[in-house]
Amino acid sequence: MVNALDPQNINSFSEASVSVEIETEDMTLNIGPQHPSTHGVLRLVAKVDGEKVHDVKPVLGYMHRGYEKLAEVRTYPQITTLVNRIDWVAGFSNEIPFITGAERLMEIEVPERAKHIRLILTEMARISSHFVFNGAYALEVGALTPIFYAMEDRERVLDLIESVTGGRFHPNFNRIGGVKPAAGAGPTTKKDIQDLPAGFYRDTKVAMQKVIEAADQFQNLIGGNEVFKKRTKNVGVLTAETAEAFGVSGPILRASGVKSDLRTQTDYLPYDQFEYDIPVGENGDCYDRWDVRVKEMVESAKIVLQAIDSMPSGPLQAKVPKVIKVPKGRTYVRAENPKGEMGYYIVSDGGLGPYRLKVRTASFSNISILPNMLEGALLPDLIAIMGSLDFVLGDVDR
Amino acid sequence: MTEVLIKVGFLAAVALNGAIIFTIMDVKGASWMQRRPGPLHVGLRGFIFPLAEILKFVQKEDIIPTEVDRPVFKWAPAYVMVSCVALFAVVPMSPTLVVADLELGVFFALAISSLGTIGVLTAGWSSANKYSLMGGLRAAGQLIAYELPLILAVVGVVIQAETMSLVGIVEKQIEWGVPFVVGGQIIGFLIFMVAATAEMMRVPFDMPIGESELTMGFMTEYSGIRFLIFYISEYMNMFILCAIASTLFLGGYHVPLLPTEWVNFYGPVVLLTKTAILGFILVAIRWSQPRFREDQLQNLAWKILIPASLVNILVTAVMKVGF
Repeated sequence: MVNALDPQNINSFSEASVSVEIETEDMTLNIGPQHPSTHGVLRLVAKVDGEKVHDVKPVLGYMHRGYEKLAEVRTYPQITTLVNRIDWVAGFSNEIPFITGAERLMEIEVPERAKHIRLILTEMARISSHFVFNGAYALEVGALTPIFYAMEDRERVLDLIESVTGGRFHPNFNRIGGVKPAAGAGPTTKKDIQDLPAGFYRDTKVAMQKVIEAADQFQNLIGGNEVFKKRTKNVGVLTAETAEAFGVSGPILRASGVKSDLRTQTDYLPYDQFEYDIPVGENGDCYDRWDVRVKEMVESAKIVLQAIDSMPSGPLQAKVPKVIKVPKGRTYVRAENPKGEMGYYIVSDGGLGPYRLKVRTASFSNISILPNMLEGALLPDLIAIMGSLDFVLGDVDR
Repeated sequence: MTEVLIKVGFLAAVALNGAIIFTIMDVKGASWMQRRPGPLHVGLRGFIFPLAEILKFVQKEDIIPTEVDRPVFKWAPAYVMVSCVALFAVVPMSPTLVVADLELGVFFALAISSLGTIGVLTAGWSSANKYSLMGGLRAAGQLIAYELPLILAVVGVVIQAETMSLVGIVEKQIEWGVPFVVGGQIIGFLIFMVAATAEMMRVPFDMPIGESELTMGFMTEYSGIRFLIFYISEYMNMFILCAIASTLFLGGYHVPLLPTEWVNFYGPVVLLTKTAILGFILVAIRWSQPRFREDQLQNLAWKILIPASLVNILVTAVMKVGF
């Protein structure tokens, strides 16, 4: 046995005590599936060392509802009911690419008026989705008040959507060849052609003006807050190269400085008739992602105001056969949804329903970047970064 | 013996009622700022809702998870509450209406206020929950970091008043004619309020609770009456720290120009009014600000508040000796 008090041994003992390093083990922290900030049932398995996050693994599938498979046993008109439940925050915009795809396969020319109504409602869905983001994101960085303002302002837009379609979240309003005769415009008889409800233009103008005011208010109250800036500036920086490599799309990609917007690049809706800006960020940090979305709300409101002024007259529906059969073929239609690029790959074998339907959703591709972005972040930043990606679990899992 | 019992009863009654008044203020302030009509109209314009709140928590099941360290888990809320109530013992509501006018009143208050840290830390540790543990550790780090500026800010007042007794400090302010916040301790007051906000774990320093990150921090596993005790202690702490701040910096139970011989009558009203004004500022901050990050919080304490309070002490001492 070594005597510790023996002077000869002191040196070796003190050296030994110096060379011992404190070994810490990473703690595995299970964030979700039940957690206030995961927007539903996302689960993150995080390896944390104190507050520092070392490794994050997203676990998906808690909300898988099998819509792609379900679509194979439904007829085309029935499928709109399914698809507007994919991203429920912006239900209307999910229907557009699907219905456009079916129309392209059937070679139907949609009336201009129907296209304009679709466009107006899509932009309203974008505004309401961004309102939800605005409120929820402030909540995630700790400000409790903005969500109440955001929800109140969103309600005006949802009221408008409801007055046209009859539904707040799941409008199920698109028909192959046009849109459904609007709700609330009188009794449903075959001879009456129902249209937008009375006073819709006036109410929309008021509501859009309020949206522009609300965006301004958010810029001042949240964007101008020093604590909010401290929490979001230079946090979760995403470079344009990384974003493109991971297939990130929508406001997140634009916040990184890439001016990519499918509204101008494709022609699924007549966006080329209107003038609007595409807000682009500079640094690709959380603040830019927030900022781009607030600016987008204003641009959407401007598009709606222009569309109202230039609303063409005409029928709401093109002539379509009573039994809808889509000819054999395949098509891929993509659209700019509030969360990013959404695409439907429709394979038809000439039957009543699609042979195969593949949905490309924005949120799924967008959160694939989470492990990359969260490497080395702090735990509060994890929430801030995750929130800034603005995903919806229904959009991730389908 | 009777006197002690009366004093303890007085203490508990004032502290508890102060907490309830602050709860009402917080909730009504929140609903006013958030345009929520509920708490402004329901139940006698929202004034009896704390009763409903308390009844709700009391009748709820007190769930104790199997893995927790049972005695520690059970006693942690009591620790927090006792430290809050004991703090009020030295706050004078008039020269005679004070439970204990200690020679070292300031020292006692600051020592007792750090006792609550133990309760929070043990609550987080014993809960057998990783979120609770992180919340508890954050709370411990935060309370230790902000204890320092809190004490250092008070040192300026002590130098100026030449006494550590809270009654003595108020008397000195009456003698000066103006409260210390006007009489040279404005920086000390600001530092004290920032540090006190961190001590109370209120927004923007509420990381130990941080509900968007840590669910409910160190309180995650608590339910029923034990959660209620934490909840009430939070407001009690807020009430008492505001009362101490108004005693130390705002002239306590006295306002200039009022006759000092009537101080026993208007003293409590004046003190509670000052406390409520400070409380309202905290309410306004809570519902309008986001939360700092843990490292930013520590930076603020160690790099800004502590040097600033040291400079404040230096300047106060020089002024005291020089003039």
